Amino acid sequence: MADPALKSPHMPGPQPVEKNTLRPVPTSQTAAPPLLSTSRYEIGDPIFKLAVLACALTILALLGLIVYELMFRSAMSWHAFGFKFFVGSNWDPVQEQFGALPFIYGTLVSSLLALLMAVPLAVGVAVFTTEMCPPILRGPLSFFTELLAAIPSVIYGLWAIFVLVPILRTYVQPFLARTLGWTSLFQGPPYGYGMLAAGIILAIMIVPIISSITREVLTAVPRHQREAALALGATRWEMIRVAVLRNGRAGIVGAVILGLGRALGETMAVTMVIGNRPEIAKSLFAPGYTMASVLANEFSEATGDVYLSALIEIGLALFLVTIVVNALARFLLWTVTRGQSMRANLA
Amino acid sequence: MTGVATLTVILVLAPLIAIFGYLVYRGIGSINWAFLTQTPKPVGEPGGGMANAIVGSAFILTIASVVGVPLGIGAGIYLAEFGRNRFGDSIRFTADVLNGVPSIVIGIVAYSIVVLQQRHFSALAGGVALAIMMIPTISRTTEEMLLLVPQALREAAYGLGIPRWRTALSITLRTATSGVLTGVMLAFARVAGETAPLLFTAFGNQFWNLRTDQPTAALPLQIFSYAISPYDEWHRQAWAGALVLIVLIVSAVAAVRFAVRRGSFGTP
Repeated sequence: MADPALKSPHMPGPQPVEKNTLRPVPTSQTAAPPLLSTSRYEIGDPIFKLAVLACALTILALLGLIVYELMFRSAMSWHAFGFKFFVGSNWDPVQEQFGALPFIYGTLVSSLLALLMAVPLAVGVAVFTTEMCPPILRGPLSFFTELLAAIPSVIYGLWAIFVLVPILRTYVQPFLARTLGWTSLFQGPPYGYGMLAAGIILAIMIVPIISSITREVLTAVPRHQREAALALGATRWEMIRVAVLRNGRAGIVGAVILGLGRALGETMAVTMVIGNRPEIAKSLFAPGYTMASVLANEFSEATGDVYLSALIEIGLALFLVTIVVNALARFLLWTVTRGQSMRANLA
Repeated sequence: MTGVATLTVILVLAPLIAIFGYLVYRGIGSINWAFLTQTPKPVGEPGGGMANAIVGSAFILTIASVVGVPLGIGAGIYLAEFGRNRFGDSIRFTADVLNGVPSIVIGIVAYSIVVLQQRHFSALAGGVALAIMMIPTISRTTEEMLLLVPQALREAAYGLGIPRWRTALSITLRTATSGVLTGVMLAFARVAGETAPLLFTAFGNQFWNLRTDQPTAALPLQIFSYAISPYDEWHRQAWAGALVLIVLIVSAVAAVRFAVRRGSFGTP
């Protein structure tokens, strides 16, 4: 940012100015003779630049380190099982047979279930706050959303165990089984714990993320688009549909995908309610298992190198999927806001 | 349609209010002096508390901040002052990508670079895991805050012959202090409640520990293991722990909001 200013013809370059005003500028080491501090000024900038560059390079190095460690430590499992690892559904640490399909299935189903519930709600909330919310409510509403993002997932899990699961077990699941049991999605004993509980708690967790980013996207829609729609005689709802939602389409999809990325990697709350059984069941009442929760439950107890390596391979798969999903989301959001700084990184 | 939109707001707010309300209700009912001052008792014995976990969390978070905050701020300075180019963009993108990496995967990495070298679970490994999560967030917010500082301020400093490094540290960073601190506190609040990356790094401990190379208790870990236990007494303590955790996090965030609002940092 500062570069062009320094190079512009109106600005004096830094070097000559420094030499003229060496003495008046105090340094922390005033005891040093002035001549020495001349050289210190000249090396100060390169040293500073190197130091902050090193910090910035840490970020690149971290990503490299993650990729390297995951690939290096999962190599044994990759050699032993190859691609079969991702299509096999037998997870047997005792026989050292590892197939990750039940976990992949559980991760996908619970996340999609969460999106199904969260997206309409989140978009609705975003539309409400940008288009029809009385200004008095806007502040508290955004503060509340911020607060929600700050609740640790272990607390969501705690609440789910003691409130959500009993409610599901006694009221919701018997009701669903009675009314929609024929679809085979809602069959079997109502444990409470299971895929449905995981989907609901995930939905509660990702609504704030999706709605806050959608809100930013909708706010970025130019005012004159709205005014044009209204001038053409559109009602408020038609204006929202034609001018706001259609213009923000790509950004909303980006927000949804970002929420998906969050749901895929969510660990604690899901682990606490999904039931943790590595099986693929059709019914949403049945217990399942996700990639993140198998890591949480079994990693510190994994005995044997192949077992550990298989778990790390699950971690690698999870990592790659979330990278792709997040990159896609960032790209979509970027096309909407044109590189404008998004607060999305805080969500 | 207005009704539908309003309904979604109610549907979204309901569980959130329920979570907060129930948390406060159960937490206040379970918290007491012993909880805040004692270590866990064995199963079946009543009483005991999470004092070691509260201190352990603070310890791990201190390690994480010592490692993560300077690196994050340094990277933010680089992005704001030198990073207006392709290379800067690639770092920015990498930071955003790192932000989306599931925390449990970060735990695996901390496990393999610290635990496997030290040969046992440790507070250091937990701190490193949390630091890895803090760095991208802090660097991006620091950059945003530094960019808000008017260019004229920098130019004035250069005009006085102040070298660039001095300008960046004493003028730009100084001006943006409260904004940068907000970013740091938000990152801090975010990792304070993290459980997944600590499961196989800090691991948890029933006793006091303030050594970096030993397993250490952490509040979120303790809440997790008590919540999935079958004992009512432990459930009670899990709620009390959750209340303590949320109060710590919310007060950190609120303190920052308050400080920023009162601070001298005017948005240009």
